[in-house]
Amino acid sequence: MLIIDHLSVQYKTKNNISKVIQNLSFNLQQGEALAILGPSGCGKSTLLNTLAGVMTSESGKIDFITNNQRQPLSPKHHRIGLIPQNCGLLPWKTVRENCMLALKIRKEQVSELQHEIITSIYKALHILDILDKYPLELSGGQVQRAAIARAFILQPDLLLMDEPFSALDEITRAEARELFLQVWKQQKPTTILVTHSIEEALYLGNLIFVMDSNSGVIKYQMCNAYFGELYPEKMDYLITKQLLREQLMPLVERKDTIE
Amino acid sequence: MNKLLKRCMIFTQGFLSVNLLWLIGYLVTDTKVIPSPFLIYKNFSIVLTDHMYLHILYSLRRIGAGLVLSLLIGIPIGILIAYSKKANLILYPFIYFSYPIPKTALLPITMLLLGMRDGSKVIIMVLVIVFQVIVSVRDSIHSIDKTMYQVIQSTGASKLQMLRHVTLPAILPQLLTSLRVSLGTAVSILFFVEGYGTTYGMGFYILDAWSRINYIEMYIGIITIAVIGFLLFISIDYLAVKLCKWNSSMN
Repeated sequence: MLIIDHLSVQYKTKNNISKVIQNLSFNLQQGEALAILGPSGCGKSTLLNTLAGVMTSESGKIDFITNNQRQPLSPKHHRIGLIPQNCGLLPWKTVRENCMLALKIRKEQVSELQHEIITSIYKALHILDILDKYPLELSGGQVQRAAIARAFILQPDLLLMDEPFSALDEITRAEARELFLQVWKQQKPTTILVTHSIEEALYLGNLIFVMDSNSGVIKYQMCNAYFGELYPEKMDYLITKQLLREQLMPLVERKDTIE
Repeated sequence: MNKLLKRCMIFTQGFLSVNLLWLIGYLVTDTKVIPSPFLIYKNFSIVLTDHMYLHILYSLRRIGAGLVLSLLIGIPIGILIAYSKKANLILYPFIYFSYPIPKTALLPITMLLLGMRDGSKVIIMVLVIVFQVIVSVRDSIHSIDKTMYQVIQSTGASKLQMLRHVTLPAILPQLLTSLRVSLGTAVSILFFVEGYGTTYGMGFYILDAWSRINYIEMYIGIITIAVIGFLLFISIDYLAVKLCKWNSSMN
């Protein structure tokens, strides 16, 4: 379980301090998938980077409970899987080396059973035949699936995704999302997905937050009944979509007129 | 295989065109300073027994020592100024200022300080190469995509592990490219530093033949040093292809 308590994060530049997230608090139960929607620049990527241990928070606490043990969230104690926007595969390592790197860094022995799990992840994501290739030799969809495999092989306590499907074309994206969900359901890691696509949030999050364009305030939250349903053709679905769009829209418009 | 064949073709064509120019020069000028290429190649085998391998070895040893020292000094400094703002603040102005200074002008000083033997020769090489190493390491670190650190940092990697898995492989392609240029410069500096305090080395060989007005030996020396420079050039190319398989733009 993830507990975020009065979290504030800020960027320091030479002349000013910009507060990206102010006083953010929420809890996320074990095995839940939270999709955060928000306009660009609202601080959702900053939130992910802070959770990933890349950025440090200004104040507040981030705790994580595993096996009834409450500890501050840290990459050293917890397994954190991160899938950034451009996938972040290291180009000088093959897909296989990329996938195994996290385990190597943590100096973990890979047991026979784990090997089987890893192979089944490769299989599920259709990357068995590209394991010895380098990322620059792959298509966008393949890179995406490799990055998903890498995150799941770590068997993360917390999975963080920053618009992982946004660079793909429509058809590849649908396929990647579907495969992702299939693997996700087997492990059910606690997940935070950041996106600006309403459809993606409705498909991949059982909880949906909408973030305000400033200070990282959560201005709307809902439980999602359509989690994992690809093309629900229900009236309610369209209404929900419209609702979320309205939550997002005014900000976008206001931003446009400012710019 | 096709690629290799193509390279061989380019090599042969280049070799022939240079020799053609030489032949034209010989025919047009009619001076002893430009002898016939045929005369030189006819004598080539005789002079190759003339301890040429020793001259080559001595020169290669000096270049090698200069190169290794430059890498040992340049890579850590490059990494330091790329990652540490303080180090950059102190060192960068110094490097920015010293980069364009012709290091060969410092020869008298190094000679006075380190003597006439290999010490001063190697130090001049290092002075010429090391700045290029520093600058290319620093620049290539600056162009590393931040998400690569993020991903590996989020798995709990230490600074050292990030250096090993991200920084070092990332700087390799540009480092090899700059080494290729540096090696060319190092070979040309041989003339300079092998003009004193030694009786071995390619530079010495050419200068010695020149002073004895033995133009045949002088030309043989020039051709040999050209071939050595060329071989060094290809070996770096080969190394780049081998070590940077992942980088399709290198191949």
